[in-house]
Amino acid sequence: MIVNQFLVLGALLFSLGIYGVLVRRNAILVLLSVELMLAAVNINFVAFGSYLPDAFASGHVFALFVIAVAAAEVGIGLAIVLLIFRNRSSANVDELDLMKW
Amino acid sequence: MSFGDWVSQGENIVFLVIALAMVVAGGFVVLSRNVVHAALMLVVALGGSAVLFILLGAEFVGWTVVLVYIGAVVILFLFGIMITRAPIGRDSARLDHRRRWPAAVIALATFVTIVWSTTAFFGDEQIPEGVTRAADLGDSLFNRFVIPFEAVSFVLLAALIGGIVLARRDPEEGEE
Repeated sequence: MIVNQFLVLGALLFSLGIYGVLVRRNAILVLLSVELMLAAVNINFVAFGSYLPDAFASGHVFALFVIAVAAAEVGIGLAIVLLIFRNRSSANVDELDLMKW
Repeated sequence: MSFGDWVSQGENIVFLVIALAMVVAGGFVVLSRNVVHAALMLVVALGGSAVLFILLGAEFVGWTVVLVYIGAVVILFLFGIMITRAPIGRDSARLDHRRRWPAAVIALATFVTIVWSTTAFFGDEQIPEGVTRAADLGDSLFNRFVIPFEAVSFVLLAALIGGIVLARRDPEEGEE
């Protein structure tokens, strides 16, 4: 296995996630696309961790950190979406124009 | 290294199959007209990444992805979809913006930039064989990375409390 195959796969998944973040209206689907981007980053971390094995297994440890932070992010994100839905009966990001001048 | 040489290694065939499944599933996540299908396709994409991690010798990370992402995060998403009554039908107009082309151009530009800037350096560099055992990972996590580990545990605690505080209905406010 060469390094580049993982880098290309990670880039592909990351840009799919960017497309999803930009094009989706529903806030939950935006969060789903963000998860896709985080998975792409994790692939890069683990691939580099295996490519440059050091005494601390740094790449793999950082992938674990990314997973933990992503779990926290989803919890808070969904709570915020839930709150917005409760207040405005809609979870569409283009209808949230409270801070728009 | 030619494509024939590359494919002749057995693990690369596995990689190709998994990567193809992941990309198709990722496409479904961002394109599907059905919210629940999008969430379930995320399971396929993340499961593929778990298989790739095991292929790379990071077995603990792979199983953590299965447990945390597929076991918890996707379930959380399904709950979120049910609670916010996201449009579950096949009504694509309500799920996507109408301006898709600028987003596609930006995504394509990002892809080209990342691939161009990262792959040029590595060429045919092989990833060495080797397994990172869970014991080694724990050793490094609790020695070298113990401060970030504690910080992450604090982040998780804050997320837990924040999630409860945000999602809870305020009793004083009453029904409005």
